[in-house]
Amino acid sequence: MGLPEQKEPKVQAPDNLFVPLKESLHDAEMIAKPSISYWKDAWLRLSRNKLSMSGLVMLILLIVMAIIGPMITPYSYDHQVLTEGNLPPSLEHWFGTDNLGRDMFTRTWNGARISLFVGFMAATIDFIIGVAYGGFSGYKGGRVDDFMMRIIEILYGLPYLLMVILLMVVMGPGLFTIIIALTVTGWVGMARIVRGQVLQLKNSEHVLASRTFGASASRVIRKNLLPNTMGPIIVQMTLTVPTAIFAEAFLSFLGLGVQAPVASWGVMANDGLSVILSGHWWRLFFPAFFISLTMFAFNVLGDGLQDALDPKLRR
Amino acid sequence: MAKYVLSRLFAMVITLWIIVTITFFLMHAVPGSPFNQERNTSEAVQQNLEAHYHLDEPVFIQYVIYIKSLATLDFGPSIKQSSTSVNEMIGRGFPVSAELGITSLLFAVISGVILGILAALKHNGAIDYIAMTFAVIGISVPNFIMATLLIQQLAVTWEIFPVATWATPLHMILPSIALATGPMAIIARLTRSSMIEVLNQDYILTARAKGMTTFQIVTKHAMRNALLPVITILGTLVAGVLTGSFVIEKIFAIPGMGKYFINGINDRDYPVIMGTTVFYSAFLILMLFIVDIAYGILDPRIKLHKRGN
Repeated sequence: MGLPEQKEPKVQAPDNLFVPLKESLHDAEMIAKPSISYWKDAWLRLSRNKLSMSGLVMLILLIVMAIIGPMITPYSYDHQVLTEGNLPPSLEHWFGTDNLGRDMFTRTWNGARISLFVGFMAATIDFIIGVAYGGFSGYKGGRVDDFMMRIIEILYGLPYLLMVILLMVVMGPGLFTIIIALTVTGWVGMARIVRGQVLQLKNSEHVLASRTFGASASRVIRKNLLPNTMGPIIVQMTLTVPTAIFAEAFLSFLGLGVQAPVASWGVMANDGLSVILSGHWWRLFFPAFFISLTMFAFNVLGDGLQDALDPKLRR
Repeated sequence: MAKYVLSRLFAMVITLWIIVTITFFLMHAVPGSPFNQERNTSEAVQQNLEAHYHLDEPVFIQYVIYIKSLATLDFGPSIKQSSTSVNEMIGRGFPVSAELGITSLLFAVISGVILGILAALKHNGAIDYIAMTFAVIGISVPNFIMATLLIQQLAVTWEIFPVATWATPLHMILPSIALATGPMAIIARLTRSSMIEVLNQDYILTARAKGMTTFQIVTKHAMRNALLPVITILGTLVAGVLTGSFVIEKIFAIPGMGKYFINGINDRDYPVIMGTTVFYSAFLILMLFIVDIAYGILDPRIKLHKRGN
């Protein structure tokens, strides 16, 4: 529509078109907003997601309570007062007591320590093994990659919880055996993600440039490839944590996890289930509520991060 | 197609063999023999028992014996309950577990798909938010917690449902719901997102222009494409339902395979643990295989000769 007509020879440009720009208009072509880094941008988008932010707040509260919770009561998690068994929540015992007269509030936050510890440790170890394995495999490519991926495929085919249960049977119950059992098969997912990303990125120009300057494989992976795969890695880690917390509770519930007197949410829920008919609802409610709350917080945060860190979803 | 199926079958056998091997050597890595803690048996009895179960042979010979018996689908005897074989346990427990699993899976798929479609149709509306909040809660509440809460409210406080065991269809409701919540939530979220994508396609617009009702559009055009991603995760969901059934069967005192598996673990009854693990794994691998084949048939865009990443 607005095409200029070809033949218009006699148009005189009026003089007022040749006035110098006003001083204030010199900046018209400048980029107004300061350039936003990937992480700032992700944070901006995450902070607009109310559900995820509420998850983040819950998570911070949970962590704070896990740290100070057991300290703000005069009781310890394994201190038994047999005469004060099965008391309902009161001013004295905020979450009531269990059948051995142990304070449920202290035990609940002690359980939070265990759950969060297991979750974060599993995620960290998965991260270390997964990144090393996946990064190496993707970077090397060719036959090495084929071989390493065959192994991954086989491990991926193993039923996860079934293998964890078997490992627990062999290694015996305990906090550290749980973490080992969870990570022996758990890193596979992370390795797959890292490898996929590395495969995509390794032929890009900045990697080529880095290699031209003689950077070693490990330097290229650390400096060029990993920072660009951090998004999916972080999402995977936030989703590993609830899986690990669930698995710990599941194992403890089956009697394969941590052992008494240590209070884990799974152990407490299992105890609570056994007295369900006697009306001591608080013994089931508090561990059940806080497991679910923790998993909820991690899941909504993970979802939000996935949206925030995915460059394809940028608006 | 035939070539693909053959190579997949071969890979399945290899995976299963690896699982059997891992399971076998894991179980034999446990210190002590299964007869150690039992009441004091005399030396001779002990030796006879060990000879009977080939426990006096070197591990490798035991392994060969075990593989041989597996090849004839014989999972061997139970050590703690010497009158029953592992095959009998599986035969007794599997139908019950299958009933529970199929009911839960049907429940999860039907309600998850309906929830997801409703949420997608009312994208960003009230129904969408309610459905997705339900879904996140469903994913966050572990199945064993869900089970205990259901018992607490519906069976103990309100006495609508029986607390436990496995007799009438009424008994099946609570365990099925507890087992189905997680998968249902996952299916609902997946259906929603793929449905939203499909509903924005041009052919949906065409269908609408032709004057089709929303119901017709959804059932005739949108659902077919929107449900493909759901089928891909069905294999994983079967795995989830299967492992979930261990603990659900324990909570509700359901005499399924999970009960034998968990009892086997508590008794350190190694042939039972090995047998059930191998059976479960074989079942799972078969399911994943079926899902892949079904996907290839349902989506003509997928060609089944090469496995994509």
